[in-house]
Amino acid sequence: MSGALRIQKISGHAGPVPGAGTQRQERVAKLVDTTTCIGCKACEVACLEWNDLPFRETRFDNTYQTMPETAWNYWNLIQFREHTRADGSFEWLMRKDQCMHCADPGCLAACPADGAIVQYQNGIVDFQQEYCIGCQYCVTGCPFNIPKYNPQAQKMFKCTLCSDRVAQGLEPACIKSCPTGCLHFGTKEDMKTMAEARARQLREHSGLANAGVYDPAGVGGTGVIYVLHDVTHPEAYGGLPRDPRVPWTVRLWKGPLKWLGSLAMAGGLIGIAVHYLRFGPKQVPEPEEEAKR
Amino acid sequence: MSGRILRYSLAERVMHWAAAVVYLYVAATGLAFYSPHLYWIAAVLGGAPTSRFWHPWMGVAFCAAMAWMLRQWAGDMGITDADRKWAAAAARYIRNEDEGLPPVGRFNYGQKYFFWTMLWAAAVLLASGAVLWFPERIPWGLRGLREAAILLHVAAALVTVGAFLIHVYMGTAVVRGGFTSIVRGEVTAAWAEMHHRLWYDRVTGGESIAGPLDAADRTSGRTGA
Repeated sequence: MSGALRIQKISGHAGPVPGAGTQRQERVAKLVDTTTCIGCKACEVACLEWNDLPFRETRFDNTYQTMPETAWNYWNLIQFREHTRADGSFEWLMRKDQCMHCADPGCLAACPADGAIVQYQNGIVDFQQEYCIGCQYCVTGCPFNIPKYNPQAQKMFKCTLCSDRVAQGLEPACIKSCPTGCLHFGTKEDMKTMAEARARQLREHSGLANAGVYDPAGVGGTGVIYVLHDVTHPEAYGGLPRDPRVPWTVRLWKGPLKWLGSLAMAGGLIGIAVHYLRFGPKQVPEPEEEAKR
Repeated sequence: MSGRILRYSLAERVMHWAAAVVYLYVAATGLAFYSPHLYWIAAVLGGAPTSRFWHPWMGVAFCAAMAWMLRQWAGDMGITDADRKWAAAAARYIRNEDEGLPPVGRFNYGQKYFFWTMLWAAAVLLASGAVLWFPERIPWGLRGLREAAILLHVAAALVTVGAFLIHVYMGTAVVRGGFTSIVRGEVTAAWAEMHHRLWYDRVTGGESIAGPLDAADRTSGRTGA
């Protein structure tokens, strides 16, 4: 898994992509087992530490949650929810919220800036701030509310899945810090197998009949997968969407509207040229003739 | 020498060119963000981040120019019965068979249609642009707003590009004298009589002009008739 990261998808890019199919590389994934998370926030701290992110003021809203949502300098946030089960008993739901590293990233689809968002062959979706133009279209493209704007730099930021560490064969900082082992990192295939085994264990031995794995197909699967106590209600875990998809308006805008619009503009120019060749200018009677009338 | 008639006052010309210049900027930078194949335009205009910074501000300036235009020209831009007759014969206008076309006032149906297209498009672009300018201000529960805005913005922009291309083509290549009129303000009497007979009759009092005119007396629009 070590070595240079090759790019397989580039935002706003005309022409071929340098790294497509050039390297034997496994897709990677984080596995977050929400059933063994204790909400210690070691991963939040590790993320700030490794990425040297500046501290910011937070807003206290009477929960254990550090801030209401992730921020441009806070990429990893434990979402706390007080949840009442069907039988009236109480439980805490804690979910590590961060970029999901979608196989089909909506941020990348929406981005107009050449090279500002890339997807490596291992599946990591990474923002390249030096090419970011600060348009914030990625905010609209993302179904998980992840990309955040830094008004000072006028650039977008989010979790990198520690692409710098992964490129060196290390696991992401958050994974490294987890004391309960609820976080795992490895190939997507291995993580999926591990997650399914854990979900089966929860169903068979812990009485969690709806335990399952969250790896939404609407975005082609994600580079962060969850084991949930109740996979039929992902919304209970701090707004995890049931069926996340890249907005259809983004698809329409970047798909048919793009080539239809380009075709219409080219057709218009050709039509204008042909009209002029066929009909030419409108002749006004000469002023002298006009004067004689 | 034939008489010349003041068609556009200085204020109208300033207004037109202010709108034109800012439109060119927002259209060019917008096209750069529209297609990766046109991204080079942003580089030519000072770089993509710079283009992105100025695009919304210039968009506001364009909408301000359109509001000015509305205030100045609203009275001239209403569609009249004469326009409807002209529109029914528009195919002949397109084929340059102008003789026998129903006479029109200061602006013909095509010009009015262009005006209203740009005005409504500007309104849509302003509303959707405001959402795209500050997407993080839109609460997550209302994210449908920005998803709609992203589509409306590009759709309205494409409509303006089409309208703009036709406008420039008609105003420069086809209707000779049109470009000069929006630069220097004046047209010949023959030009006015041919293209805008009803307006010509109005500003000349229905008489054919054989000599130079006092331009101030012949001003149309708000100041004239």
